[in-house]
Amino acid sequence: MIPLTYMMSLSAIIFSIGVAGVIIRRNILVMFMSIELMLNAVNLAFISLGSRLGSMDGQVIVFFVMTVAAAEAAVGLGIILSSFRNRETVHADEMTLMRW
Amino acid sequence: MPPFVYIFLGALAIVSALGVVIQRNPIHSLLSLIGTLLAVALLFIAEDAVVVGFLQIIVYAGAIMVLFLFVIWLLNLQAESGPTGHLGLKFVGWLGASALATELVFLLSPPHMQVQYAGAPKGYGSMASLAQKLFSEYLIAFEVTSFLLLAAIVGAVALARRIPTPAGEAAPAMEQPR
Repeated sequence: MIPLTYMMSLSAIIFSIGVAGVIIRRNILVMFMSIELMLNAVNLAFISLGSRLGSMDGQVIVFFVMTVAAAEAAVGLGIILSSFRNRETVHADEMTLMRW
Repeated sequence: MPPFVYIFLGALAIVSALGVVIQRNPIHSLLSLIGTLLAVALLFIAEDAVVVGFLQIIVYAGAIMVLFLFVIWLLNLQAESGPTGHLGLKFVGWLGASALATELVFLLSPPHMQVQYAGAPKGYGSMASLAQKLFSEYLIAFEVTSFLLLAAIVGAVALARRIPTPAGEAAPAMEQPR
């Protein structure tokens, strides 16, 4: 079995790429995709730790994370659609209604 | 599974993840994201989580990505032309992300994190063992999840609905000052 360090490093790198995506990109859809990327990196860590500990808990948590991600995608994309209807933009810098 | 498969899948996942952030066209970002999801799903299967790996392909790479595709299609997004952001922001963003990656790799490697290896029990990762866990220990969480999904459905429908005006034509659900 491949060392745990490899899987953990892979997970950390994918998570960091997701963080970079949220910081750098201004397209709100791509920011949303980066969030999915981060969720997946965490899932990878759960699965690899679980399989090394011989415990099913990691897989059950991943199952729940997937469900939450599905709900999040449905509501989040609904919000993006309805905000696009009103403002005709997906650029995060132009959504300033709630800016302080 | 031989180590080179892990290396290949890991490299594929990282390159596609970079593609999500770097590509200018949202469709290309989405395709890269699907590549990452598939590579991660194969890693799940390699790590004895067969059911979750297939769920990942069906739910994530299938359903959620189609949702994204529909939204990109509805919004009629094109590739962004011109500079997409401030150069300083990009620099700081990549620098911060690299620092975060270094820190996480450091914290998650052996001197700080050691795991007592336990052999996988018989039937590990099978549908039966997953269901056993899900419907005994995590039963309440499972039921709460069903409420979450119901709330998400109602919320999505309420967000997408157009409230008809007396004149007959549809108006946006939320009126906001520009």
